[in-house]
Amino acid sequence: MKYAVLLYNDPAKAPEFGTPEMDAEMAEWFQFTADLQAAGKHLGGEALTPTQTATTVQIRDGKTITADGPFAETKEALGGFYLIDVENVDEAIEWAEKVPLVGYGSVELRPIMEFD
Amino acid sequence: MSLRPSPVDHAFRTEWTSLVATLVRETGSLELAEDSVSEAFAEASVRWRTDGAPRRPGAWLLTTARRKAIDRIRRDQRFTDRIPLLAEQIERNADQPEEQLGDDQLALIAGCAHPALNTEAQVALTLRYVCGLTTEQIARSFLVPTETMKKRLTRAKTKISSAGVPFVVPEQSRLDDRVEAICAVIYAVFNEGYASTAGADLVRGSLCDEAIWLSELLCGLVPGDAEVHGLSGLILLTDARRWTRTDADGLPILLEDQDRSKWDQRKISLGLAALHRSAQLPGVGPYRLMGSIAGLHARSRSIDTTPWVEIAEVYGALIALNDTPVLRLNQAVARSWSEGPEVGLELIESLEDELSEYPYFFSARAALLNKCGRSTEAADSYRQAIALCHNDAEVRWMHKQLANLE
Repeated sequence: MKYAVLLYNDPAKAPEFGTPEMDAEMAEWFQFTADLQAAGKHLGGEALTPTQTATTVQIRDGKTITADGPFAETKEALGGFYLIDVENVDEAIEWAEKVPLVGYGSVELRPIMEFD
Repeated sequence: MSLRPSPVDHAFRTEWTSLVATLVRETGSLELAEDSVSEAFAEASVRWRTDGAPRRPGAWLLTTARRKAIDRIRRDQRFTDRIPLLAEQIERNADQPEEQLGDDQLALIAGCAHPALNTEAQVALTLRYVCGLTTEQIARSFLVPTETMKKRLTRAKTKISSAGVPFVVPEQSRLDDRVEAICAVIYAVFNEGYASTAGADLVRGSLCDEAIWLSELLCGLVPGDAEVHGLSGLILLTDARRWTRTDADGLPILLEDQDRSKWDQRKISLGLAALHRSAQLPGVGPYRLMGSIAGLHARSRSIDTTPWVEIAEVYGALIALNDTPVLRLNQAVARSWSEGPEVGLELIESLEDELSEYPYFFSARAALLNKCGRSTEAADSYRQAIALCHNDAEVRWMHKQLANLE
């Protein structure tokens, strides 16, 4: 089964860029991605730039409404995602437990909808 | 009319879980297993009446359920890869080897209690698939309309198939966590039945029986887990008091006023035996500790000969595992029995902030104040408890206490 592994975190809790903590975490991310790939479970994935760079677009009554910032203002924001192909939710949970931010953020597992 | 259950009813109680567990593995689908097994029982209730029950009802039902599964797969063309296995099993007239059956049952119960499901869903699934209760029965036990329960089960089944929740024996490294989740579901079933069983409310009381049955099943499936036996002991020892804890009007009867001669001695000895098994195994968890408190009460002939010092110590062990204000309140009440109500009052004073929404804090304080002869303050405390309490019988009981004080 395919799952989107959505990575949420509160940027205030993440290590800052340029610090040794961030370097260590980046090494963990590269390792995690390499492990997924080596296991043949990795279908894709990207990290996202911070929510300050987001633009939200809606059309209401035929009018385009564009706004600065993310759709939902929450402390924990979507910071990146993976797309994985694993046996079942138990295996997805095992991978989720290895995501570097799982100790301070949240990992949401969303099965990919299959259309026949 | 005979009170003896018909052969079909008897087979339902003894075979349902095994049949569903086996069919879930063989078909790979909870829904297909449920439908096939239900149809097999429907056929049994017609055929056995005319032809008599077969010599081995379980084997007959298993073969029939497998045939029904093949028919269904052929009709809707899903899971067609499962046909050869089912056909081969029918051909061999294969019974399940004990070990396989145990694995299948553990897989079923662990799947229903999977942590990816919410508690409501876990409870409903367990009662439907492991216990074999109908949707109507589950709805009645939870005092919700059948339609609501039907939707709840449908949502849960959708989550299982779309989220990829597997029905497999949990991996060894995860077994403890998964067994803990199963225990939580069984305890939730028990509490749902026990909390509001008033007098003759047999429908909700039956949830207690289902929880006892589930915990005994789990003891057989994971005999090496101390908490599983502890849970079994806790449930049995608590349930032994079920019929003495409310009066004819459904009002609660306090432990000190219960007729101990009416406590169920069979359940008490089974519960103590379960606690003994738990104590032989490594690991101390909350169920064993709560069970041992229930055991100390069960063995006491009166409130005065109850070993309150020991009970307060066990509460201390529970607090060491997980410190909560409710546990501290219970410990304080235990100490008030051995050290006096003044000590109890002093101990609970600091808990008021944290328990300001908890009616039993105020009813416990009222009882202690009353014992100290401070009846005006006791009355105030009962009034606070009444304002917070949502259980009708308990509110009526508190009004009665209040009336006695005034």
